[in-house]
Amino acid sequence: MSQAKQDFLARSKEFWNPGKTQDWIDMGVDLVIDRREGYYLFDMDGHRLIDLHLNGGTYNLGHRHPELVEVLKAGTARFDMGNHHFPALARTALAEALQKCAPGPNFKYTAYGSGGGEAIDIALKTARHAKQRRKIVSIHKAYHGHTGLAVKAGDHRFSKLFLSDDTEGEFTHVKFNDLTAMEDALRGRDVAAVIMETIPATYGFPMPEEGYLPAVKRLCEKYDTLYIADEVQTGLMRTGEMWACTRYGVEPDIMVTGKGISGGMYPIACVLISESCGGWLKEDGFGHMSTMGGAELGCIVAMKTLEIVQRPEARTMVGFISDYLRAGLDDIRAAFPDFFIGIRQHGLIMGLMFNDPQGAKPVMKRLYENGVWAIFSTLDPSVLQFKPGLLLTQEDAEEVLRRVAIAVEQARGDVMGNRKRMV
Amino acid sequence: MQAEIRTLVDISDSDAARQGQADMVLDRARWAASIFEGYDRETTMAIVDAVATCAHDHSAHYAEAVVQESGFGVAAHKKIKNELTAHPLVDFYRDQDFVNARVDEARKIVELPRPAGVIFALTPSTNPIATLHFKILMALMTRNAIVISPHPAVRKSSLQAARALCAAAEAAGAPKAIIQILENPTIPMVEAFMSSPKTNVILATGGTPMVRAAYSSSNPAIGVGPGNAPVFVDVSADISKAAQRIVASKSFDNSVLCTNESVLITTPDVEKQLIIALKSAHAYICNDDDVDRLRRFLFSPRGFNIEAIGRDATWIAESSGIRVPSNTKILVAPIARIGIEERLSREKLCPVLALHVAPTRDQAMAQARAVLRLTGAGHSAAIHARDEAVIMQFSGMVEAYRVVVNAPCSQGAAGFATNLAPTFTIGTGFFGRSSIGENVGPQHLVHWTRIAYNADADEPFGNYHGLGRAFRGPLATAPADGVPGSAAQRPVMAPQTSAITSTLDGATKDELRRLIAEELRDLLRK
Repeated sequence: MSQAKQDFLARSKEFWNPGKTQDWIDMGVDLVIDRREGYYLFDMDGHRLIDLHLNGGTYNLGHRHPELVEVLKAGTARFDMGNHHFPALARTALAEALQKCAPGPNFKYTAYGSGGGEAIDIALKTARHAKQRRKIVSIHKAYHGHTGLAVKAGDHRFSKLFLSDDTEGEFTHVKFNDLTAMEDALRGRDVAAVIMETIPATYGFPMPEEGYLPAVKRLCEKYDTLYIADEVQTGLMRTGEMWACTRYGVEPDIMVTGKGISGGMYPIACVLISESCGGWLKEDGFGHMSTMGGAELGCIVAMKTLEIVQRPEARTMVGFISDYLRAGLDDIRAAFPDFFIGIRQHGLIMGLMFNDPQGAKPVMKRLYENGVWAIFSTLDPSVLQFKPGLLLTQEDAEEVLRRVAIAVEQARGDVMGNRKRMV
Repeated sequence: MQAEIRTLVDISDSDAARQGQADMVLDRARWAASIFEGYDRETTMAIVDAVATCAHDHSAHYAEAVVQESGFGVAAHKKIKNELTAHPLVDFYRDQDFVNARVDEARKIVELPRPAGVIFALTPSTNPIATLHFKILMALMTRNAIVISPHPAVRKSSLQAARALCAAAEAAGAPKAIIQILENPTIPMVEAFMSSPKTNVILATGGTPMVRAAYSSSNPAIGVGPGNAPVFVDVSADISKAAQRIVASKSFDNSVLCTNESVLITTPDVEKQLIIALKSAHAYICNDDDVDRLRRFLFSPRGFNIEAIGRDATWIAESSGIRVPSNTKILVAPIARIGIEERLSREKLCPVLALHVAPTRDQAMAQARAVLRLTGAGHSAAIHARDEAVIMQFSGMVEAYRVVVNAPCSQGAAGFATNLAPTFTIGTGFFGRSSIGENVGPQHLVHWTRIAYNADADEPFGNYHGLGRAFRGPLATAPADGVPGSAAQRPVMAPQTSAITSTLDGATKDELRRLIAEELRDLLRK
């Protein structure tokens, strides 16, 4: 590590976040991202990384995509954040664009947050208003963000620290893929909404079993509860369809998109609301206010993002990348079957499973040393989140596989010692 | 949605927008090419044949469509060209293997074909569908991905035709998007594709500025220059046949093939007989006043009047103010000089033929050289003669890489009335500032990795029989966990090992050539 980097990390601890800065160093990831371009990150010491973390899909299209940079620059010639009280050109145009690609014909309005957490809060508040009920059901180990309601809907990992966990019995957590538990939670007909990440990301992408999500939707209908799809990490073509819920045959009542919609260039998150749930927008349109939510520059970038991900080229590329990486990962897994024990996959959403409760951490470290950045799943560190970008090139995909093969073997040695390989 | 985006902040006319769009198309092509490279010869040829069938079946439809869209050419002739660039083109190259390894025991060398990757191909307005067929089939034979940039004047028909061919390729098992076509081929967009490091080779057929831009792009390019073929009728020729062939060639698709005869040169001892023969083949011989009118109509200070490209002789006559019989097939314009001062000695993509009578055979040949010096260097020339010495002298003099003998030059130089390789991309070589001097074919879209052994006799050559690269075939479809019916799918083609090419013996090749030649002649007679 260079002296400059050491000095910087000291300042990071002093002025920004001592705990987080040190934690990364302890995990063997002394990354300070400097330059970034396409799917490459360059550490301040010049070390290049292929980014397979993408901040949960924020950088789906790559870092500083030329068209997004251009549209943001051009946008500043006319727009700024705008005034959130008034009808706004860009906000309405984006809402119209979202309605056109929504996962169902009933979607009508879009409300805006400045980030995913706020958008989830808006979604939950919208459901509570529509159903005049307080209870929210979410999935055990779910992650929906860190704001007031979103953090309660998620795992206690992030709420207890701040004494912000639910103490009123308003938030129920049920096991994923467990329909009986879901029905038990809804039976009382006092639940406003079920909120579901279509594929729970922070929990290591456990995949919904066949028929599970449509069955949850049917239960919602049976017990007069709304279905909120959290598509923050799974939407925007990562599955080869615009929204993952569509692939599973679910038409939600409310849908949240964030991260990727910003193009990684200007913060924005959106809540798509069906006509029947949007009552508050008529009753009291000032009900939720957000100075930076739906900032017009963000809307300009988001529209370009939507346009790019819907190009036919993107869809085909997702297919190529998914198929190619899967074939290569299967080969690597076949070489280390005692350590690399499974692959969860839907399109470009992949979880690599390792035979150790913390197994993804050494893999992450070894990948980092080998020039690939992928992160373990916070709520299940045996699974590595493996999230290639929509526009990853063939050359980079080949590079990724070459480096993953090396890193997995090294990590296996770290975890299992020098035991002989099974194959 | 797009309209809304444009209304607010329109970046469509920015380098960034063009780069972003070009990157997506080219990256997708690269993916397709990388998968296609793992296909064996049998599957490759099955795809090629399926696409050729589609090309053949829609030949008539698109012949009509492009004539309607662009306003030039003759639909019946375009149909022939479109068909020629389907099955006959594939058959011509069928015995050439661009997929398997070649073993040369004597030289102790093994050669592995390596496709170019991503081809960026321009197609012209004059032969849009035939060139589209030709370039796509060449790309597929060599397991390359191709991105087509159609001429804007025939954009609509080209888009439809290319999409149909792509669908046929995919249905036959080709990787998705192995054929792509630009929807908005603006000049800056084309430049973005040509200069992208993601393009492996540019196949440029079109106007000189486009071809020069291809060569200036920093990417490998196969670009070809314009034509301006001189045709010499020698005293040793069968004059009547020569006249018939020249008229047939000039009227074929109204001379939009760049191989058409531009200036007819002969000597005084042939002149009279030749003019009679031309007239009886329905050529109209212009008087001095007619020639003036033609010159004014066809050329402005800016160059050739593009309105006249591919128009009928009668349309041109009428537009120029010349009265001609209604069955006139071509207009012949006698000119006294050849060179910069006589515009009619330039390239004319219409059924107008200049006629120059030189005092001697030697001077006639010097004039033929001068025609190509003006424009069309490296392209085509034709001669009608029986005296081999004259043919040799003429061929050694003109700066053309193909000299067609006793045949219509339009078809002959493009390989459709001679045994030259059938092509819609005529290499104009070093004379014509091009990298290739022969008729461009699939062999130009693949390079070979050569495994070369120590030449020393003490070091033995290996035994490569039965060895070859493993062909992976299409990729298996990755599972979409939790979606009913989308578990991992097996590839369409089971991976298999390549065969080593067994070269066809000479007799089989000759027989094949003969059959193809017959097929071509039949087509041309129609």
